[in-house]
Amino acid sequence: MAKMTMIEAIRDAHDVAMAEDERVIVYGEDVGFFGGVFRVTAGLQEKYGQSRCFDAPINESGIVGTAIGMAAYGLKPVIEIQFADYVYPAFDQIVSEAARLRHRSNGDFTCPLVIRMPTGGGIFGGQTHSQSPEAIFTHVSGLKVLIPSNPADAKGLFLSAVADPDPVIFLEPKRLYNGPFDGHHDKPLQSWKKHELGEVPDGNNAIEIGKANITREGNDVTVLAYGTMVYVAEAAAEETGVDAEVIDLRSLLPLDLDTIKASVQKTGRCVIVHEATRTSGFGAELMSLVQETCFYHLEAPMIRVTGWDTPYPHAQEWEYFPGPARVGEALKKVMED
Amino acid sequence: MTDTYAPLSLHVPEPGCRPGDTPDFSDFEIPRAGDVKRPPEDVDPDDIRDMAFSIVRVLNKNGEAVGDWAGALTPDELRTGLRNMIKLRTFDARMQTAQRQGKTSFYMQHLGEEAVSCAFAGALKPGDMNFPTYRQAGLLLSTDYPMLTMMNQIYSNAEDPLHGRQLPIMYSSKENGFFTISGNLGTQFLQSVGWAMASAISGDTKVATGWIGDGSTAESDFHAAMVFASTYKAPVVLNIVNNQWAISTFQGIARGGVGTFAARGHGFGIASIRVDGNDYLAVHAVAKWATERARRGLGPTLIEHVTYRAGGHSTSDDPSAYRSGDEAAAWPLGDPIERLKTHLITIGEWSEERHTQAEAEILDEVVSTQKKAEAVGTLGDGKAPSPRDMFEGVYETMPSHLIRQRQEAGY
Repeated sequence: MAKMTMIEAIRDAHDVAMAEDERVIVYGEDVGFFGGVFRVTAGLQEKYGQSRCFDAPINESGIVGTAIGMAAYGLKPVIEIQFADYVYPAFDQIVSEAARLRHRSNGDFTCPLVIRMPTGGGIFGGQTHSQSPEAIFTHVSGLKVLIPSNPADAKGLFLSAVADPDPVIFLEPKRLYNGPFDGHHDKPLQSWKKHELGEVPDGNNAIEIGKANITREGNDVTVLAYGTMVYVAEAAAEETGVDAEVIDLRSLLPLDLDTIKASVQKTGRCVIVHEATRTSGFGAELMSLVQETCFYHLEAPMIRVTGWDTPYPHAQEWEYFPGPARVGEALKKVMED
Repeated sequence: MTDTYAPLSLHVPEPGCRPGDTPDFSDFEIPRAGDVKRPPEDVDPDDIRDMAFSIVRVLNKNGEAVGDWAGALTPDELRTGLRNMIKLRTFDARMQTAQRQGKTSFYMQHLGEEAVSCAFAGALKPGDMNFPTYRQAGLLLSTDYPMLTMMNQIYSNAEDPLHGRQLPIMYSSKENGFFTISGNLGTQFLQSVGWAMASAISGDTKVATGWIGDGSTAESDFHAAMVFASTYKAPVVLNIVNNQWAISTFQGIARGGVGTFAARGHGFGIASIRVDGNDYLAVHAVAKWATERARRGLGPTLIEHVTYRAGGHSTSDDPSAYRSGDEAAAWPLGDPIERLKTHLITIGEWSEERHTQAEAEILDEVVSTQKKAEAVGTLGDGKAPSPRDMFEGVYETMPSHLIRQRQEAGY
């Protein structure tokens, strides 16, 4: 066990995967010599050579499209989209191609591919470096969508994503890269190196895809969260004194509905938190599933706490971001209803 | 120059010929067969820039093979090529009619373009991978892939290897070097470059071919593919099939102000060649040259196959609404089957009688295969794929939400 930031943990995961399997090829914008703008791939080119870790032209469709060809050949490409906000030019390749090769060719061609992208806000990135597009991907049959919230999960889920025979969207909450962030932006950041969740197992700690994690046990209300919002939810529970059970979904597609059901049927209340815009957000899907499976256990209407349906703003970042105050109000309200 | 400006107006290119007009290809510059020299495979792309504005041609008006691109194929190979093209045309005619009879939903034929995919197929080696569009079935039909399987796919019957999930003609055969066809245009061009990069990364000697139509070169993925192919010197042959028409849109809309589609390659430093797409010998010779370049690590090649879509875009299209019905007959590069037939007769390796006999044999083969396919089923009639198949293969292992939905659907 070593203490690592989430960046170091994902880098370590690349190292493990590349050492284990020479078919693992890593590329993206600024990924090669420099090691990525967030330094996730630093040192990999030096260690594994230019043909296994290299810089790509600034063309996201080109990066994903070539990776699909490589996957069809038999390699296991792991590609970085520099910010999730930049993924849209690659959308056709992801939705119409990567996600469907297996189905449309009846398994003749498959697409084992990991598409990594830093996601979420809280870094004053404005509308082009802050978005949370996870719901767009969960709407596509054939994809898997993962979003870790701590260094050990990031490493373990990444290694499972690389081993997976199908394309995986791997979202990295960039506000968590260096330490857990609970939405109190005016307080100093605690580093993962000084946090118990900064402990990352050595070697291959693959974590099964599709399993949620209960990060805080409670009896009165279930909070469904993922990525940065896990810490915001925990902080809101502590600060309001509501006995909330916080579930870190970790995998949005496939989704661990059993864990969600068991918790909501126990607590009878449910608050859903995400940073992305509200309308047709992943919270809408969660709310539908809880309604379909837990209706007779619910004692109050469910509440969503989300980003507003606006472009992600710059100066108004903390008015947009669903911080602990807003989540706390929802917890109190759902208890009063 | 004055400092006053006339109001601007939008330039929208128009084809020279619309319904009712007399086709006029007099502006279309066609070099004589044999005029374009064959450079060595390791030529610097800069030294053959003129080839993007000329056309490699081997067969002359008299049916003779001339110039230094000629001589690559034996009479037996030429006869095989001729049979493959007749087979493709016969197959198309039967399947086109089957669609009209309601036996399937959709079909796309190759009429007039048979040489492009049939001649190219002969330049490849086992293990190479084609990333075709929907109009290169000659790459598959020229291999030992069973015609019956192709028909079962078209009919979406119980023997369809794709289990009814794909549109007719969107074949897939890894074993035969034929990448699963997508209806989304241009995506495969990039994937071919990625596949070729993977071959290079793996220290392999296999090459990839990418295919795209003249209209789809306007897609961003075309340009992305060119950047990646150029940057990584990928062992890929990138083919533009310029059949003059993108559904109802003439090639000038995608081509814009540049002289030819092949000239797009110059900005990327890619060796770029135009070839007479209705000349079986020329297509084969250029394909051989370009695949050899790729296989020797000399870099990618862009080939513009100049041809003509003599039929409609698909069974859903009526070309008489936007182009002259006389245009196909006026097309100056002729018909690929007629030209190869004439050549073989000219060199004493074929005859009208043998041709008629070959056509009859092939028709028999196609008809009897069609009967076998129809005995299994046609779309909506006979043995069909199971609805359960729709849920299979979305992922390698079916996730619980899909299992629940399959049960909900009753399968």
